[in-house]
Amino acid sequence: MPAISTGAGTRAPIRSPFLTVAAAWLVPGLGHFLLGRKVRAAILFVAVLVAFITGVMMHGPLFQPDGAQGDVLSRIIQIGGFIGDLSSGLMYLLAVWSGYAPPDQASHNADYGSKFIVLAGLLNLLAMVDAYEIATRQKE
Amino acid sequence: MWNLDHFEVSVLFAILASAVLGLVTKRTDRERIRYGLYCFGCFMAALFCIGWFMKLLHG
Repeated sequence: MPAISTGAGTRAPIRSPFLTVAAAWLVPGLGHFLLGRKVRAAILFVAVLVAFITGVMMHGPLFQPDGAQGDVLSRIIQIGGFIGDLSSGLMYLLAVWSGYAPPDQASHNADYGSKFIVLAGLLNLLAMVDAYEIATRQKE
Repeated sequence: MWNLDHFEVSVLFAILASAVLGLVTKRTDRERIRYGLYCFGCFMAALFCIGWFMKLLHG
């Protein structure tokens, strides 16, 4: 497989940017791993995993795309939250497929948990953008 | 079920967000560590400032 020099003393295999982003979405850190950034991949994976597990262990409810009702602000929050949840990739899919659906109850713990699940997705979104920039050689 | 208070979840949030922000925004390892610590410090400063502000506001 051909390899390029990143200029930082490391050699990264050439990958399709879109496949890299897809891999980065599915498994946090996988995009960086495929590009040869293994330490960064491990840190990203652990950060997203800890955020997601914290959210689940606090029984944070997932945002539902069909739950977007009410005024404009409520819809933006619901849809934005759903996009955030979905950005966790396989973790979100596994949670949905395993039937994880705690009730949306009024408690500070569930509220924090819900935000942590969104945080996991948003952190993974940052990682996906970073992986894309590395794959397109905009950064090392 | 985990039962964390506001301070604990805020510190955890700050650690995770700082680590990723430092990792994805800078180009060298030294810059990443410095920026991660800077972000963590900013989160903590905001946490304590807003916390004290709310305490003074509400008594």
